[in-house]
Amino acid sequence: MRIGVVTFPGSNSDVDALNALAVAGVEPVSLWHESPDLHGVAGVILPGGFAYGDYLRAGVIARFSPVMRGVTDFAAKGGLVLGICNGFQVLAESRLVPGALLRNRSLRFASKIIAIKPQRLDSAFTNKATGAPLHIPVAHGEGCYYADETTLDELEAKGQILFRYVRADGAPALDPDDPANPNGSLRAIAGVCNEAGNVAGLMPHPERMSESILGSDDGMQLIRSFVDSAAAWETAR
Amino acid sequence: MSEFRFAVNVLPKPGILDPQGRAVELSLPHLKVTTVSRVRVGRRVELTVTADTKSAARAVVDGLATELLSNPLIETYAIELMEATSSAVSTAKVTGS
Repeated sequence: MRIGVVTFPGSNSDVDALNALAVAGVEPVSLWHESPDLHGVAGVILPGGFAYGDYLRAGVIARFSPVMRGVTDFAAKGGLVLGICNGFQVLAESRLVPGALLRNRSLRFASKIIAIKPQRLDSAFTNKATGAPLHIPVAHGEGCYYADETTLDELEAKGQILFRYVRADGAPALDPDDPANPNGSLRAIAGVCNEAGNVAGLMPHPERMSESILGSDDGMQLIRSFVDSAAAWETAR
Repeated sequence: MSEFRFAVNVLPKPGILDPQGRAVELSLPHLKVTTVSRVRVGRRVELTVTADTKSAARAVVDGLATELLSNPLIETYAIELMEATSSAVSTAKVTGS
């Protein structure tokens, strides 16, 4: 099975994502931003980095790139799309997932290992996770999740909050100034999905913790979930 | 066709956390300024549109402001006509949402 990873000018986690997919045992396919052709892949990852320099707002210029036409069509057909870090920002700017990512509350670039907890284990992006907190890195300047209160309530009600930042005791870091919440995200949201459940974004980098040689393979739980769900989708199609 | 020069002023929506504005506020005591509050930091984009009429040019800017230059979830914008090169300089201001 083939899974695509988009490379935008300024992507820097594309190779890590390709590697994580290879570790997961699928054929990684590099997709170039200038073509809407997804080469028949069963799933797409939008990786971390600084697409188009993150000028204007993180992710917004990438939204208008040819590859995003292909990704939008693919998502509309039910194909699985996972946005990691900058990829999450691209998905949010493209309105493929709800909300927006604001400048970190601290104004500092956050680069550290944090803990996130999957909020449900029956989604396409978490169904191989154990449910325990995952210790994986964040590396971003604009990761403060924002949506208005009505939208946040809807996301809760519809189970669209996939990941929350958690404290050492496992409780969500709801106070935006809690150091366990690295960017001040509302309701400690680290990742969300669309209503249909086939497009998800998260700020932390599971692909950077995808094998023990990297210090931990916590992130592989999410890569594995995504890959297996994409395989199931492709088979059912 | 004429050229119209616009500015689009983008600001975080009221109530949206604006850490840049807050950082500016926190620097004020160092300047011994105590009379300034509610600082918001935004972005100004200036651009030239070639069009037949001012309203046609304005429509282009309006579309860009909504689609690209601002994110309506978190920002508001105001469009300002700076000058029309084929006619008298105008300082008329028009406001979007």
